[in-house]
Amino acid sequence: VILAAVNTIDTPSVAYHALTPIFIVLGAALLGVIVEAIVPRAERFNVQLFVTIAGLGGALVSVGLLHNAALTTPSPTGNDPAFAGTLAVDGVGLFLQGTILILAVMATLLVAERSVDVGSPIVASAAVVVGSPIDRMLSRSNRVQTEIFPLLLFAVSGMLIFPVANNLLVMFVALEVLSLPLYLMAGMARRRRLLSQEASLKYFLLGAFASAFFLYGLALLYGYANTVDLPGIFDAQRTSSKSDVLLYVGLALLLVGLLFKASVAPFHSWTPDVYSGVATPIAAFMASCTKVASFGALLRVLYVGFAGVRWDWRPIIWAVAIASMIVGAVFGVTQTDFKRVLAYSSIAHAGFILVALVAVTKDSIAAVMFYVVTYGFTTMAAFGLLMLVRDADGEATHLSLWSGLARKSPLLATVMTVLLLSMAGIPLTSGFIGKFYVFRAAWQTAGPLVVIALLASAIAAFYYLRIVVLMYFAEPPENAPTVAIPGWSASVALTVGVAVTVVLGVFPQPVIDLASKAAVLVAR
Amino acid sequence: VKNFFGLVLLLEFFMIGVFTATDVFLFYVFFEAMLVPMYFIIGSFGGPRRQYAAMKFFLYSLVGGLLMLASVIGLYVTTGSRTFAITDLIGKVPDNATQKWLFLGFFIAFAIKAPLVPFHTWLPDAGAEAPAGGAALLVGVLDKVGTFGFLRYCLPLFPAASRYFAPTILILSVIGILYAAFVAIGQRDMKRLVAYTSVAHFGFIGIGIFAFTTQGGSGAVLYMVNHGLSTGALFIIVGLLIARGKSRNVADYGGAARVTPILAGLFLLTGLSALALPGMSTFVSEFLVLVGTFTRHEGLAVLATSGIILAAIYVLYLYKRAFQGTVNEKVTKFRDLNAREVFAVAPLLALIIFLGVYPRPLLDIINPAVTATLQYVHQTDPVPKLAPVAGGQK
Repeated sequence: VILAAVNTIDTPSVAYHALTPIFIVLGAALLGVIVEAIVPRAERFNVQLFVTIAGLGGALVSVGLLHNAALTTPSPTGNDPAFAGTLAVDGVGLFLQGTILILAVMATLLVAERSVDVGSPIVASAAVVVGSPIDRMLSRSNRVQTEIFPLLLFAVSGMLIFPVANNLLVMFVALEVLSLPLYLMAGMARRRRLLSQEASLKYFLLGAFASAFFLYGLALLYGYANTVDLPGIFDAQRTSSKSDVLLYVGLALLLVGLLFKASVAPFHSWTPDVYSGVATPIAAFMASCTKVASFGALLRVLYVGFAGVRWDWRPIIWAVAIASMIVGAVFGVTQTDFKRVLAYSSIAHAGFILVALVAVTKDSIAAVMFYVVTYGFTTMAAFGLLMLVRDADGEATHLSLWSGLARKSPLLATVMTVLLLSMAGIPLTSGFIGKFYVFRAAWQTAGPLVVIALLASAIAAFYYLRIVVLMYFAEPPENAPTVAIPGWSASVALTVGVAVTVVLGVFPQPVIDLASKAAVLVAR
Repeated sequence: VKNFFGLVLLLEFFMIGVFTATDVFLFYVFFEAMLVPMYFIIGSFGGPRRQYAAMKFFLYSLVGGLLMLASVIGLYVTTGSRTFAITDLIGKVPDNATQKWLFLGFFIAFAIKAPLVPFHTWLPDAGAEAPAGGAALLVGVLDKVGTFGFLRYCLPLFPAASRYFAPTILILSVIGILYAAFVAIGQRDMKRLVAYTSVAHFGFIGIGIFAFTTQGGSGAVLYMVNHGLSTGALFIIVGLLIARGKSRNVADYGGAARVTPILAGLFLLTGLSALALPGMSTFVSEFLVLVGTFTRHEGLAVLATSGIILAAIYVLYLYKRAFQGTVNEKVTKFRDLNAREVFAVAPLLALIIFLGVYPRPLLDIINPAVTATLQYVHQTDPVPKLAPVAGGQK
């Protein structure tokens, strides 16, 4: 009898192969921790860089292989949801994982940039008290800190799980796995360390609140649906006899958590402070990879778990989309710091992505996927360029210092102009194509929202152009910053970012095809 | 300087693209991309307030462009034809409120570009601050995209909406003709003056198009060509004068005709073409536009005709202030035009006079196209009325 009972215990059927990208990144992260312990200091940087790039690259290759398999051998229910349905490794998930991995490689290359500043952009020892003699000594020395690489890999592994989590508990774990390393990384800027630590604390406190909201929403939804699986919650909307209040309040709280991570207004207030405080490569990583992952999760929650009540959440998404676009566009106009401008720009872009999210169609999934790609690469390159313009205090991010920069470095000014035009959505850049698909997807269901989005992008265009005006038509200031020549790693990252921005502007079809082919969300 | 030529060539590329595109999406891409080189031409090589002018130009055009983008997407979605090719879209737009909204998206973009009053305020700034060559391209060619767009996109794609909005647009155009002419008379800044004359001329093109008659339509198309020639030449000549006097204020000149007779003569010729003197090509087009309008909207045509008188005032008044009267002290040191400068203007003037005497070759090209366009709007020329009958319109 006992034996029979043992035999009937269900072991979850695990399609381990579908999780290879996540395992590879996690494995590389653990390897990085060991490297940190056993490899001598002199060798550590190169070994860590190699492990990180190899881990991300290996994961990228496995995503590619999975993607091919998924597209050629569809099972009756689509692709295999791994782990008994708690993870759904489907077209959307793999596409976003691939995007995150490529962006993470670029971020790693930016972190590894050692030519423009002594050491690296990351503080040599985060635990040393700011302003103490050791700190001053270290800030002038060439010593680098390499824990950042495993931290980055841990964060990436969370980001890889986030968009494929088909179960709210798994999604919460992923949220924490991606957030905790980010809180740490945020505090590790080499220059202006106090600001960086403040940013870290701020991000941590608000992030913890957001996580708590998410968890509370999760609990309410469990009370409603008796399950935390997204498909289960979807079914419960038809069958559950519990009060709808649980459902709506639960969803609202869940959304707070997710919209916070995606820096959507009115949950955006941390964004400018954090982006301007943290080290620039980390800001680039946060602005691009975190956003891709969060929108992936948002997409899955709303489209898989709550597609049945879309009429109820649509007005909310309308409202936050409008708020986000307006806040991003209007407040961006008044900023004087380049990183804050980029922060507000990322808030506005989050609004644009939400515009597509409103229409629950296959087109809108593809539009969101394509938009995060265009946005991610452009933002990554823009932050990367910020690292190059420096004065005695480090990066010269105040806009007044950028005036007349085209005379000093025509190349940098041209590249930045291309990126800014892309953010403004001018044709022949990727930003335009992204906006176009978003607006096309949303036109039928949310025409007025599209018009508002167009007007917001006109306002936002003003501040992008203002920077172009500064760089080209203004006189350089007395204390003009210098333009550093990037080393190989940052050069590669910047080249990729700019190339993608231009190529997707003139020849976007392959990526669009890929996105629309992959725009399949699998529930079970 | 090498940047300037690079930008001009890039601009040429986009402009040729915008006029030849037969795909609404491609048209939009060129329409917006065109702004970038022009923005840098104004911003890098322009006058003292170039930053402001460049920004204003860009933002106005961008807002218009984005509204058009909304309509382009709307066109794609509502017709359901899964294509942007204009030949496949014609006749597919449902005849209802949606069509009016889509029309407005295109119309505002083109009205900003053209520019029609009240969307014109960027042009005096951009025209005045742009370098002479840039201004000639801006007003002479780039702005024609607006009026061209009315004919190529608004009328065939949205016939019902075009008919619905035509009276409003006609009235706006006539207001533009009269208002801009009055403002031009009062201008001291010569380049702003030329820019305002353009606003008035775009009013003529507007009434020509929206009168829905073959004469009006052909006149409007011919007007676009002639206005390009005439205003282009005017901007260049005024630019040459300003290059000598280093001031755009007309009060700094006077009596220049005695010092620089060639410059003065060429100015007078182009000025006369701007006021549509018979014998100049502009006369042909203005006459056609007015005749075409008169057969359908008598009152408006009469009002518009008075614009010609105002044009005579602003051109001749400018000529009097700058080139006649007592010779200003600064003017005495002016050097007359050299061969290169004459060569820049002479071909334009030669064309203006040639087309003024013999416009047939152009009209032969234009007429069939205009007739075809008007068929899309389901409008035929009104039969001339023998006796004044009320309500004789179709």
